[in-house]
Amino acid sequence: MTNDQMTHEMSLVLQTKGITKRFPGVLANDHVDFDLYKGEIHALLGENGAGKTTLMNIIYGLYRPDAGAIFLDGRPVDIRSSKDAIAHGIGMVHQHFMLIPVFTVAENIMLGSETVRGLMLDQRSVAARVRELSHQYGLDVDPDAYVRDLPVGVQQRVEIVKALYREADILILDEPTAVLTPQEVEDLFKVIRALADRGKSVIFITHKLKEVFAVADRITVMRDGRVVGTVRPQETNEAQLAAMMVGREVILKVEKGPAHPGEEVLRVENLHVFDDRGVETVRGVSFFVRAGEVLGIAGVQGNGQTELVEALTGLRQPHSGKVVMLEHDVTGKSPRSIIETGMAHIPEDRQRYGLVLPFPVTDNLVLCTYYLPPFARSGMLNHEAIDENSRELVRKFDVRTPSPYVPVSKLSGGNQQKVIVARELSRPIKLLIANQPTRGLDVGSIEYIHKVIVRMRDAGCGVLLVSAELDEIMALSDRIAVMYKGQIMDTLSADEATREQLGLLMAGVKEEQDAIAGQ
Amino acid sequence: MSISADESVPTTKAKVLKTLKSAINAVLIPLLAVFTALVIGALIIKAAGGGPLDAYKGLFQGALGSLKALSETTVWATPYIFAGLAVALAFKGGLFNIGAEGQLALGAVAAAWVGYALPDVLGVTLPAVIHVPLAVGAGMLAGAIWGAIPGWLKARTGGHEVINTIMMNYIALNMTSFLLNGPMKDPNPLNVVARTPGIAESARIPPVFPGLRFHWGFILALLVTGIVWWVLWKTTLGFEIRTVGANPDAARYAGVSVSRTIVVTMTLSGLLAGLAGAIEVTALNYRHELGFSVGYGFDAIAIALLGKVHPLGVVLAALLFGAMRNGATRMQFLTQIPVDVISVIQALILLFVAADAIIRWIYRIRAREERVVLTRGWGG
Repeated sequence: MTNDQMTHEMSLVLQTKGITKRFPGVLANDHVDFDLYKGEIHALLGENGAGKTTLMNIIYGLYRPDAGAIFLDGRPVDIRSSKDAIAHGIGMVHQHFMLIPVFTVAENIMLGSETVRGLMLDQRSVAARVRELSHQYGLDVDPDAYVRDLPVGVQQRVEIVKALYREADILILDEPTAVLTPQEVEDLFKVIRALADRGKSVIFITHKLKEVFAVADRITVMRDGRVVGTVRPQETNEAQLAAMMVGREVILKVEKGPAHPGEEVLRVENLHVFDDRGVETVRGVSFFVRAGEVLGIAGVQGNGQTELVEALTGLRQPHSGKVVMLEHDVTGKSPRSIIETGMAHIPEDRQRYGLVLPFPVTDNLVLCTYYLPPFARSGMLNHEAIDENSRELVRKFDVRTPSPYVPVSKLSGGNQQKVIVARELSRPIKLLIANQPTRGLDVGSIEYIHKVIVRMRDAGCGVLLVSAELDEIMALSDRIAVMYKGQIMDTLSADEATREQLGLLMAGVKEEQDAIAGQ
Repeated sequence: MSISADESVPTTKAKVLKTLKSAINAVLIPLLAVFTALVIGALIIKAAGGGPLDAYKGLFQGALGSLKALSETTVWATPYIFAGLAVALAFKGGLFNIGAEGQLALGAVAAAWVGYALPDVLGVTLPAVIHVPLAVGAGMLAGAIWGAIPGWLKARTGGHEVINTIMMNYIALNMTSFLLNGPMKDPNPLNVVARTPGIAESARIPPVFPGLRFHWGFILALLVTGIVWWVLWKTTLGFEIRTVGANPDAARYAGVSVSRTIVVTMTLSGLLAGLAGAIEVTALNYRHELGFSVGYGFDAIAIALLGKVHPLGVVLAALLFGAMRNGATRMQFLTQIPVDVISVIQALILLFVAADAIIRWIYRIRAREERVVLTRGWGG
């Protein structure tokens, strides 16, 4: 054994050999070999449903593997619960944070491993330790702040501190960037780098190609429960990784020709909408969408897009203003009457609004049309027509499901979205309102949904696309409106808009632009 | 997932197999719950100095041992089925109707009044074909109204139906007590109990077999079970009820009027509970008496849960509860084990069904889907 190999062996902190996990109807992990070195950032890349999270849940003790073994520092270990995992120095930051909003950062961090002095919680020493860790890794977390007051990016850092507080040497980050703004992503990468530099090992789960190049030392790609390969970022490129993930060549750019706009299908005039807390989040918005064009609404999340779409689709009463859809005044009308004018809606929160998770795929595919022929006649459901419809749509929209009768909750995120898209686009529509249609989806599904949106546009449908992903807005839109603090800052032609211009508008900067224009 | 869409075309055989599998899955936990409760019940009987085998033998004989025993079991099961369906229907719509007891009581009062007083009030003699449906219909209407009020309150103001149905129970039960002790009390000078006069001959549903208390209400209950199943799974109304029950946000998104559906669900639930009361009056007791209602509406919650909120399950659970209630008397007669043991067993059954983790743990049954909620992310 050479010296080089020797040091390699020494620094191997985690290894899985032949991990296999089967769920009913799915082989989630198929003989997965994975390894992690000390001080390494190892990205685990794959589409939704590729088995990344299953593997991590096995390492973290949440699932038991059907076969295979886990080695820590070269010794086989049996991790039966997350408690075991923590004891072995493994920490995990979930996609959905496990924080209690009304507790302080320090209280959240000590939760489950409270230090006591007599009968009292020893808050002070916890706070001191949090400050120390925060300083050491450049995390900038205030132990006395209430979690509910913290932005998402900081909450995530609290989760990281929580893992470090429990003396984790191996950190698993499950899709950590899904909820962050681009600026927060950069900060997170800095933190991850700092962790690795100080000897922590990081497993970084993602399906975003750009990110792995920005931060990873090594990249392992998974597909259909198997490891496709492990590469170093300098040895590969985005197209190659995408092909590894999807199993075929992927077109990363959306192909579309020029738009041929027709008559107006949606006109919004001076719309004002309040959110649940009574805050006016849409403040006098006006725009129009024509048949055969895509109007993109860009903007950082939380600038009134959600309430705007809710008001347009009948889910929220607008305070004032006017919404005209295909020459019908639909201001404040019920969702059904708006749907019946020819509107389709791909909702932002697909599990809350878009699907009834315990219902089978068949029923979810007729959620908006169950009462219309051929699915119902005089109040009675026609199950044959409903089944036939689902068979056709499952085929046409390539929904991957073991059967149309399984609960839609069993499908992967991408396939759940395909169910919604199939349902919404399969009825005669004139206007499509798509709110964050590809959020959280994998490359293959994004490619597919982008193609479908362009196809609808070319077929003469008007499309209102709301997205926080600037790339998506720029790839699909014919005109781009930028929303900031409840108002439309400006509407630009997609051909002329630049990233910089849009970025400034998204940040609420308009004067500068006017100044440039005025020069 | 590597299964392609083409392989997914369902065959009849696959469908049958799947239905069978889910049926076994559905009854496994309730059956084990019943079994476990009986085992613990046996220990209690033993501790009380009785012989568990003798006691259960008595229970079995009393419930199913003879034609008369069987007949009595169905008599017990009939209101259980109606009221169990009422609670189950509300559960399907995402609503917890604790008010079945009050709805049932008012249904019985209304049916009794139409049964004994309406011909006099109208000054006509009604033929049975009109009088019976009128009496039963009045009971259903009374229950429906009593269910609709908390439904409307929920839809309109968001007031929680659990609180409101409990309150409506107080009103209904005290109102019943007042009516049966006062304006509606049987004026017969020999009568000392709180009961209505007997209903007119024309309002009575005659017995099926002479000498047995088995009545047409049981057959009607089975029929209504089929109707409830049909409404829930074969009609657009049922689709709406189930959608609102499973995900009200998605229902609203899809254009279903959630508030309307809540009111309709509670109305139908109350109607079924009212029917339970009306049938007790018109097919069995031929009057309403304060002592007749023995918590059917509350047991119905247990029955709906034990029946896994499925109409067919409700019938099975109602028969089980009916058999146990009925057999308990014989058990007490034979072994001097108090009837209360049966209440303990019933409570244990409910406990095990509601907290099925206990049963899964005892019998090492894995949850049907291993799912850790921790990993459900934003839209992922």
